[in-house]
Parts: sequence; C-alpha cells; structure tokens
Amino acid sequence: MLVRTVAAAEDAIEWFGGLSLFTGRAVRELFRRPFEFTEVLKQVFEIGWRSAPLIILSGLAVGAVLSMHTRSTLERFGAVSMIPTALAFALVTETGPLITGLLVSGRVGAGIGAELGGMRVTEQIDALDSLAVDSFKYLVVTRVMACIIALPLLTVLMNLSGLLGGYLAEAVVSGASFTFYFRSAFNGLAFSNYIPPTIKTVVFGLIIGSTSAYLGYNATGGAEGVGRASTQSVVLSSIFLIVCNVILVKCIFFLFPGTAL
Amino acid sequence: MTEELEAGRKSGKCAIEFASVSKAFGSRVVLKDVSFSVAEGTTYVLLGRSGAGKSVTLKLIDGLLKADSGTVTVNGEDIAALEHRALAQSRKRIGYLFQSAALFDSISVGENVAFPLRRHTKKPDAEIRSQAQGLLEQVGLGKEYDSMPGDLSGGMRKRAGLARALAVEPSLLLVDEPSAGLDPVTSTEIDELLIDIKTNRHATLVVVTHNIQSARRIADRMAFIDEGRLLAEGTVKELEHSEHELVQAFMNSHMGG
Ligand SMILES: Nc1ncnc2c1ncn2[C@@H]1O[C@H](COP(=O)(O)OP(=O)(O)O)[C@@H](O)[C@H]1O
Ligand SMILES: [Mg+2]
Repeated sequence: MLVRTVAAAEDAIEWFGGLSLFTGRAVRELFRRPFEFTEVLKQVFEIGWRSAPLIILSGLAVGAVLSMHTRSTLERFGAVSMIPTALAFALVTETGPLITGLLVSGRVGAGIGAELGGMRVTEQIDALDSLAVDSFKYLVVTRVMACIIALPLLTVLMNLSGLLGGYLAEAVVSGASFTFYFRSAFNGLAFSNYIPPTIKTVVFGLIIGSTSAYLGYNATGGAEGVGRASTQSVVLSSIFLIVCNVILVKCIFFLFPGTAL
Repeated sequence: MTEELEAGRKSGKCAIEFASVSKAFGSRVVLKDVSFSVAEGTTYVLLGRSGAGKSVTLKLIDGLLKADSGTVTVNGEDIAALEHRALAQSRKRIGYLFQSAALFDSISVGENVAFPLRRHTKKPDAEIRSQAQGLLEQVGLGKEYDSMPGDLSGGMRKRAGLARALAVEPSLLLVDEPSAGLDPVTSTEIDELLIDIKTNRHATLVVVTHNIQSARRIADRMAFIDEGRLLAEGTVKELEHSEHELVQAFMNSHMGG
C-alpha cells in the first residue's frame, strides 16, 4: 500500500516535472523565430473568436444573477444606488476572469488535448517533423500564444456582457437608465481594480494552453489515449487555474494594496 | 559484413548505416544490436512479421526516434548527434511515407502535397498548385486535389502520402508498406513509380513491405527482421536460400506477411 502510494507520488512528480519543462520551453520559444504568424492568427480565431458566443451568453447570465444578489444585499443597507459599482467590482476583480478561465479550459482545453492527441497517434506530428517543420513550434507554441492573447480579450468581453446582463436585470426591476448604469459602474472602478485582474488571465491562458498541449502532444494509446488526453486537459487545467488564482490574487493584493474597495 | 560496411564508408557511397543499433520502449526490446548498410542509389527492402520493428527502423533513420545504443548514420552524419537546425536541414531531402499515411486531416489532399513546397520554397501559389497536382497524377489521384483526407480510402491515402513524400524531391525515400490496401494493378504501378524514382532521380529507397512479389520487383538488397534481430540480409537470391526456415517460408509465400 505504502509502496504503491510512493510510486504514484513519484509518477505525479515526474509528470509535473515534464509539464514544467514543456511550459518553460514553450515560453522560451514564444520569443524565437520563426513566429508562425499565420498559424497564430488561425488559432486566435479558433480559440478566441469561436469562444465569443459562449462567453457572451454566460456573461449575460452571470451578470443578471450577480445583480439580483447584489440588489437583495444592498437593499437591506439602503444602498441601492451602489448596485452598478458593486456588480462591476465583483465582475472585474474576480468573477469575470475566473469564469472566463474555466469556460475556456472546458472548450479550448478539451479541443487542444483532442486535436494534438489525435495528431500524435495518427503520426501527423511525426509527419510534420519529417517534413522539416518544427512540430513543437508549429503546434504547441502557436496554441499557447493564442491562449495568452485570447484570454484577456475574452475576459473583457465577459466583463462587458456581465455588466449588460446586470443592467438588463436591473432595468426590469427599477427601470434604470442605460447611460446612468454604465457611468456609475465605471466611475466606481480605479485602474488598479481592473488592469491587474485582467492581466492575470494571461497566466490563465498559459496554464490552459500548455497543460492541454502537453497532454495532447504526448498522448499515447490510440483513440482511447486521445479521449483521455482531452478529458485530462479539462480537469487538470481547471484545477491548476483555480489553484494558481489563489496565488495570483495574493500577489495582486500585495502589489496593489489599494485594490480592496 | 563488417568489411562490407567499411568498404561502403570508405567509398562514401553508403547512404545509411546502422551500427549495433538497439532500441527499447520501457522493458520491451524492439531492436537488438542491428547492423546493416544501404548503398546510395539502391533500394533496400525490410521484411518481417508485424511488430518486428520495421517501422521503428524507419523512424530511427529519420531521427524521429533515437537509438538507445549504437549509431545511425545517414549521408555520413550521425543522425542522433545533429542539432535541431541541421536535422531539419537534412530532412528537407528525405521523403517519408508513414504506415498510417499521416496526412494532415485538416487540409485537403492537394494541400497536403503542397505543404512542404509552401514551407520550404518561395514559388508562387499557381506553380505550387500545379506541381502538387502533377504529383497527385503520378500516383493516380489527379482528381482528388480538393478532397479531404478523411473521405479517401486507405489505399488512396497511402498514395497521397507517397505524393507528399515525393514533393520534397527526396534523395532518400522511406516507404512504410506502400501496397497495403491497394489492388494488385495499382500496387504494380506504385512499384514502377518507386523503381523510376530510384533509376531516374538516383534516390536511395528503404521500403517496408509484406508483399513478396513487390519486394522481388523493387529490391536490390533485403533484410529480414525478426524479434528485434536481423535474421538474414542480402540479395533476393541469397534470402531465398537462407538457412532460416522463417525467411524461406516468407520468400516462398505468395503474398507474404
Ligand atoms: N512509440 C512507441 N512506444 C512504445 N512502443 C512502440 C512505439 N513504437 C513502436 N512500438 C513497439 O515496437 C514494436 C515494433 O513496432 P513496429 O516497428 O511498428 O513494428 P512493424 O515491424 O510491424 O512495423 C511493437 O511491439 C510496438 O508496439
Ligand atoms: Mg510497421
């Protein structure tokens, strides 16, 4: 029993070491030629643009729900005029980035894990290398780069649609005006409220891109292995993202003490 | 045989040389102390049962796998010692038809063939397209430029893979089971194409096949691999008179494998 636990722990450490080396290599290669611009653009479209409908719909729903909660809380203190600010604050600092990260790990993580896994087991990755194309640069670095670019943009989109959802929920109840709502939402936010959490999602992009690319790129065992790579990509990138988020939030509070309201 | 290797090396006419190569995956030993050499401009056929290590041998030649011990020399260079860029450079003249064809399934058949041309030449689009079209016609797939790989039969994918391998104008062509999934007529046509590439373009070929008739047609020399060892090596005649029963059985079967 103990032996087995130790063996499992060793495997986990070895796996994690492999992932760290892989991520390190991907980050280094981000800054090295050739940059494969066309592939990066294609991936930004695939990862970013194609996720937009999911992000907008979720944002509307999350914003509406958060707004109802905010109203019921603030009503008790007679601070209903604070609703837009409170909602914007909740969205921008935490809810927006985290939900965007989790939604993207679901959609994009599974996609990258399955796509690269499929290419690995059907020898397409070998074929790229045999045609003198660096498969790591062509497949992995481009996807990591695209995730890093897409995540902050999707987060902004999520925040805006969240606010819109909140406004719609509010409009039904109180008939608040659109301009008033958005002006007070933005007025209540300082630079340090929205810039650091949005930049934080660059790290989310790196986590999602490299974890799922690592699992796909190293997949073994036929179709079953591809399925496994895809599922594990979602599970592991979500977990890493949630755990890293704790550290990142701590860092932001440390670097920008004024972040708290 | 060692003398022969030495002779090949000295005259500089040895395209590929395996010297005591061993390869294992975990505890599974795939190749044990395998040595052979392939002279430039000849066709070398690898025979053996499924799982014998033939595909692994081809991947070792292309540097896609690294030997655990021993050296694989291609065009005079130790393939495992080449750094990234040099390896890519040497691969630009190596064509590889994979056992699974390995077409990129997100782009059309024609674009698969055009892929190496787009990556490594600065030719205009129209020229690349017509070159890819020409290659597809050579393998009898002239009408399939815009088809997606997933819509082709196994044998057609194989032929498209061969067209892509030929697009690099290879001086060394690695071919893994070209006739798998092909009817006898097409199979003979592919053999003729392979012979043509050797004689007219002076390429070196390493071909894995289960088809004995095809092996007889194309081979200058052959090797028989079994359980990770090189059981027999030589010309077609020499293998026919091999002392190993398995080799004889293989050589005298009609379809082989
Ligand atoms: N990447 C790999 N990882 C683990 N085992 C492998 C790998 N590639 C091949 N093998 C194993 O090596 C052996 C030889 O495979 P292969 O060279 O494909 O045989 P064949 O002679 O039929 O082409 C098989 O047992 C196969 O399972
Ligand atoms: Mg094989």
